[in-house]
Amino acid sequence: MSEKILEIENLTVNFDGFRALNNLSFSLDTGELRVIIGPNGAGKTTFLDIITGKTKPTEGQVRFKGRNLRPYAEYQIAEMGIGRKFQTPRVYLNLSPRENLELACNRGKGVFPTLFKRTPSPEKRTVSGLLETIGLIPKADMKANLLSHGEKQWLEIGMLVAQSPDLLLVDEPVAGLTDEETERTGELLISLAQSHSIIVIEHDMEFVRQIARQVTVLHQGSVLCEGTIDEVQNDPKVIEVYLGKEETQHEDDMRPMSYPVSTEDAIAT
Amino acid sequence: MTTAQIGQSSTSISRKLVVEAAIVLGIMLFLIFILPLLMSDFRLNLTGRFLALSIVALGIDLIWGFTGMLSLGHGVFFTLGGYALAMYLKLQIPANASSQLPEFMGLYGVTELPWFWRPFYSFPITALMVILLPALVAAILGYLIFRNRIRGVYFSILTQATTIIFFNFFNGQQKLFNGTNGLTDFKTLFGLEVSKPGAQYVFYVLTILFLAATYALSRWLTSGRFGRLLVAIRDDETRVRFTGYNPTGFKVLVFAISAAFAGLAGALFTLQTGIISPNSMNIAFSIEMVIWVAVGGRATLVGAILGTLVVNFAKSTLSEKFPDIWLFFQGALFLVVVLFLPNGIVGWLRDRGLDTFQTLIGKRKRSMTYPSLEEDPEVEYERKNTGD
Repeated sequence: MSEKILEIENLTVNFDGFRALNNLSFSLDTGELRVIIGPNGAGKTTFLDIITGKTKPTEGQVRFKGRNLRPYAEYQIAEMGIGRKFQTPRVYLNLSPRENLELACNRGKGVFPTLFKRTPSPEKRTVSGLLETIGLIPKADMKANLLSHGEKQWLEIGMLVAQSPDLLLVDEPVAGLTDEETERTGELLISLAQSHSIIVIEHDMEFVRQIARQVTVLHQGSVLCEGTIDEVQNDPKVIEVYLGKEETQHEDDMRPMSYPVSTEDAIAT
Repeated sequence: MTTAQIGQSSTSISRKLVVEAAIVLGIMLFLIFILPLLMSDFRLNLTGRFLALSIVALGIDLIWGFTGMLSLGHGVFFTLGGYALAMYLKLQIPANASSQLPEFMGLYGVTELPWFWRPFYSFPITALMVILLPALVAAILGYLIFRNRIRGVYFSILTQATTIIFFNFFNGQQKLFNGTNGLTDFKTLFGLEVSKPGAQYVFYVLTILFLAATYALSRWLTSGRFGRLLVAIRDDETRVRFTGYNPTGFKVLVFAISAAFAGLAGALFTLQTGIISPNSMNIAFSIEMVIWVAVGGRATLVGAILGTLVVNFAKSTLSEKFPDIWLFFQGALFLVVVLFLPNGIVGWLRDRGLDTFQTLIGKRKRSMTYPSLEEDPEVEYERKNTGD
């Protein structure tokens, strides 16, 4: 099945002359789990900002299930079925995990349904189920600011699932987690991938290896290459971007890779 | 904090509500029947005024304490409510009077009642306007501000600018509103002479009833999912957007409700002071309202009422005893709260006060480490018998 859930064509984002994304094209199949990697400043977060409507593209368009997203605001895009997890865990610290999840789970997100309707019991059951999945049952009714960093990360992933989106955008889910937590997060994402389309942005290569089937490498606002993790790791362009030019190493093995050329010249003379 | 409150059953929650309602009812009965026996008419009238002011404070707590929007312009809504009722009162002219216009209009040579005064012949319309007019102004202003995602300090500045605009407008309209003198010298309401103690007692009771009603409404608004969403908007509005809610609608609604509270308070205050003038739109008064809430404790509701009463009674007592320096006391009070009780009186009571109180009456030992350790007999036994 190769129906596209997300299609991006010739996308350019221009921040006062700085092209955060440059003529980027990308597509994601329904039910796919894709990992996006790339050095700092490659435009990964801007990429998510565009999909979720936080930033509007200068040129090009994003289509989600065939619909152009440009005219919609963030909350409308979220309602269409795109959920986003932020880089640093963003949960509501003064609410309990249960309340956090109930807010995300709410099906009628207008002002008046929220005000007048009590939380229906199917939603309560969903919330209890999620609390169990993310292992927060014992802490379900204390304030979320008392949770550890890892627990907050998981709570946010839980909130994302509670929204029941079709496409999950997950920005660095394992930043600051222990190895064990990282592995459990990977398992969680893989099990979620059975029923959702997921885009994960991550730096931790070991983690990427654990979950990735297809990897996309971003560099300077464009797609550098796409493929399986092994293909990507052996791609000379990727190595060049991450490790510096290969030929430079041949010239002088002792030279630190990131040494700027001009300084070199200065030392030589 | 322990994990003891897991799974609060609905019965225990409804029992808590019954207890709370009983306490509120008890306080109301005390205020209505007992307090008048203990106080002079003058003091009782002051109490009534302060209770009216605490309705505004409730409104400010809703938008500032819960939703995180610091409005420095609630004086406008307060004054609009006051003027709406005052216009009705000014139109209570005996049929045999020489002029059928409010007397100030004669002074400025107005011969015909301005069109927008006419609806205020009717009491139902007036009563509606007291609430609706401020709510509408707030809704329009709020919609424009929130739709453009103006937040934080910029929101506060805009509300303050609104105060100045309204202040100057009302100040300048001698012919329409008697300018800087405001509307005063009210005669009758439903045949009662408004300045007589009997009528004033009725207004006092009315104020208590309205305060209880607005408190109940605020409790309801802040207890369910809606209330949690307000807190969510306060803590991370962007996240709320990405969860699929549009914060604009929620903020407009809560801003309008809080303005309606202010309007109601303004009307009740006007009845008990006998005057409403553009003076209540000066910026200092709007800032004072925020101070009451800060002193009592943000996002506690009870704190808003308590703070209003404490600050205002302190103000009236101190200004009688030390007319020259009482402002210093007010400043000191605010400093103490900001520096030592950042969560206000009620916030402190909730966090720390209960423990301290129990320690003082000897119900609980003062613990230096974790209560869960110190109160555990096994741990204590081990500590005593195995040495350090």
